[in-house]
Formats: sequence, structure tokens, C-alpha cells
Amino acid sequence: MKDTVLDILADLTGSDEVKTNLDTELFNSGLLDSMATVQLLLELQTQLGVDVPVSEFERSEWDTPNKIIAKVEELG
Amino acid sequence: MISMQPYQNPTYFLYLTVALLPIMIGLLRGKRYRLYETVISLAFLVLTFGGNVWIQGVSLIGYIIYEVALIFGYFHYRQKKNASWVFYLLVFLAIVPLAIVKLEPVFQLGKISLFSFLGISYLTFKAVQMIMEIRDGAIKEVNLMLTLQFLLFFPTISSGPIDRYRRFIKDYTQVPDQDKYLTMLGKAVHYIFLGFLYKFALAYFFGTVMLPKIQMIALAHHGLSWWVVAYMYCYSMDLFFDFAGYSLFAVGTSYIMGIETPVNFNKPFISKNIKEFWNRWHMTLSLWFRDYIYMRLVFLMMKKRWVKSRVAMANIGYITLFLIMGIWHGLTWYYIVYGIFHACAIIINDMWLRFKKKHRQAIPHNKFTEMFAIFLTFNLVCFSFLIFSGFFDKLYFMH
Repeated sequence: MKDTVLDILADLTGSDEVKTNLDTELFNSGLLDSMATVQLLLELQTQLGVDVPVSEFERSEWDTPNKIIAKVEELG
Repeated sequence: MISMQPYQNPTYFLYLTVALLPIMIGLLRGKRYRLYETVISLAFLVLTFGGNVWIQGVSLIGYIIYEVALIFGYFHYRQKKNASWVFYLLVFLAIVPLAIVKLEPVFQLGKISLFSFLGISYLTFKAVQMIMEIRDGAIKEVNLMLTLQFLLFFPTISSGPIDRYRRFIKDYTQVPDQDKYLTMLGKAVHYIFLGFLYKFALAYFFGTVMLPKIQMIALAHHGLSWWVVAYMYCYSMDLFFDFAGYSLFAVGTSYIMGIETPVNFNKPFISKNIKEFWNRWHMTLSLWFRDYIYMRLVFLMMKKRWVKSRVAMANIGYITLFLIMGIWHGLTWYYIVYGIFHACAIIINDMWLRFKKKHRQAIPHNKFTEMFAIFLTFNLVCFSFLIFSGFFDKLYFMH
């Protein structure tokens, strides 16, 4: 699961930084924007079957790879 | 009796201080006097929507009953079913009163609007947001009293900031511990005094002292002159200090009541690009548009595969968002052009960001380029405010 999330993130951000530093700040650094966020939600749905409505996406809870993995574990 | 618009004069602040004192003492002792808070809220609503503008008060009551009926009706429906068309119908119905108010001046349906009252657009944002979150299943229960407290929260009723239901009730249903509350009080005092500086010194200087003079001279020149440029900067400063000042009062008052209403401005004029600007300017509005329009629309386009290219999807999202934002300000050509201007600016901004990502090594980045970016963004934004001000309308179409 963790690897899938990291692959999705690496693909969306176009950078391997997310795999080496799991505390990378995704929004403040500009690696993820609203567009990529929506893609992330859809990929989580199709690849992992985790359903995250846009309403539940509170940026401060999803802003590093570690936090995203924790969230997916919680919701999965 | 003459009604009082929030935060406009010393008397209002005097009433506010007296009314908030018991709430403050209560919160310091770890208690929320809910009945007292409710009575005070009602008193301030009467102060704003009563007296010589009592018709607005009647509209407000009718509007609230209507929206609450929609929210509760949809909540009960959503517990059993989840058809898309019902959801879209409900969003449409929730927007109807606001749409009528915005359309009325265009069709001149009559001099006094039946539906109009101060703050109707901000209430509509709150109601629509609740309907969308009910659909997502994010709002799992609705409580009549809490919904009314959320919608009618008096410190933010006239012009926001736009809070979120789940965030608001989390604050409202608990009492901050003493340390936290003391920090909040410190911030509140800071915000309110900064608000005085912004609204009653700076906005007064730019808006009341300078702007009418500059406007007169600029209009006397018939057409473009350096005075139009002066007007542009002066208007932009007035717009910022006036609205940021108001927002600081609203947030400060909320904090005193133990509610952490989100801030509206975060140094917008140091933004390095338009995208950053919209994350710093009238933030609760732009984040509302981002979360409830842009992201949902992109989600839909991506899921249903209506549009293939990511770039096209983002651009359709931007154009929709800013067109709606423009129309929301009012159905005049300059608000709509303002919206289109920002949509174009952000699309070009995105193109540049993509180009920069590809050619990272070739593009210099230093203090000077950053200063240039801030300068460029500031001037672009001020120009957009000049469009927004309707000054061109006066200059070219009102002879």
C-alpha cells in the first residue's frame, strides 16, 4: 500500500523527492496543486479502492507523504 | 431607530465591548453562557437588520427559514438516497434567492428588493457548502440550533470571513482551555487595533480623503492620463485596507467569543504570482471557490473523462471559477471582465510555471527576480482592481 501511494505521488509531482523524504511538504513547496490533488484522490480510488470525498480533504492533514499514508491506512 | 452596520462607528464598538465582557469572563472561567450568547447575537442582529431597515430583517428571516428547510430536507433525503439530480436541484434552489437579488438591478424589477439584505451572498456560501458536504457524507448530523448559530453568527454576518460548518461547530460546542483562550484574546486585541489602523486611518485616508479628489481630476482629463494610474493605486489601497480592516474586526470579535474564524488576508501584496495572490487575498472566498467549485468540477471532468488533457481541464476550471466569481460581484461588464482577466492571468501563470519546471537550470532565480515578480504581480493585481472599480465605465460610458 505504502509503495503504491509513493508511486502515485512520485508520478504526480514528477519528482522522486517524495520517496526519499517522507516529510516533504507537498503544498507549501508547490509539488502538489489543486489539480494534482484531485488526481491523487482519483488514483487512490482506482488503485487502492479508498474513497475520499473532496470535503474530507483537509490540506493540513494531507500535506506530507507520511500523513497521506497514515490517512489512507485509516480510511482503507 | 436607525440601524447600525457592523464595525462602522464608535457606538457599535462600545456596545460590542459591553456585550462581550460577560462572554469573556465566562470563557476565562471555562464556561460558555449559551443563553446569554444567543440573546446577544439576536440583539446585534436586530441592531443591524432592525430599525429603519426592518424590511431587510424580514427578508433575512424568510431567507433563513427557506435555506434551513432545504438543508434539513436534503439531509433527510440523503440518509436514504443519493441521486445526482436531487443534489443539483438543491444547490440550484439554495442559490435562487441570491440570483434574484443579483439579477434584479439588470431587469429593474422594482425599486425595493424583496429578497435583498446585507450579507445574503455570504449566507448563501455557507448554505451551499452545507448541502455539498451533506452529499459527500462529510456532515453526518445536522442540528437546528447549531445550524442557526453557524449561519447567523453575528460577527461575520455582513461580509464574512466565510467559515465552514464542521469547523465552526467544533469551536462552538467546546470551551478553549485557559492558556489557549488567553492567546486568542491577545490575538483578538491585536487584530482589532490593527483593524482600527487599517479601516479608520488608512482606508479613510485613501478612500475618503484622496480618492474623490483623484477621481475628479482623472475624469476631468477625459480619457487616459497619469491620474488614472494614481486612481488605480489609491483605489487598490482603499479596497485592501477597508476590507482587511473589516475582516480583522470580524475575526477579532469571533476570537473573543472563542471561535477561531479563519483569517481573510495574509499579506497579499507580497505574492510572487497570481496563484499565490489568490491564496492570500480574500482567502475564505477563494478557498471556498477552490474547494466547492474548482476541485469538484475538475474531479467530475477527470472521473467522467469529459476532457482528456490536464491543462485543458485546469483551464476550464479556472474560467468557470473566475466567471462565477465575477458574476457573483454583480452583473456589470466590469465585474465580468475582472473575472476573465484573472482567469487569463492564472492560465498564463500556469503556463509559465510549467515552462519553468522544464527549464529549471536555464532560468535565473535570485533576490532580484523575486522582487521583479512581486512588482509585476502587484501591478497586475492593481490593474485588475481598476477594472473592478468600474472607473472605466465612468470614464467612457457615462457621459
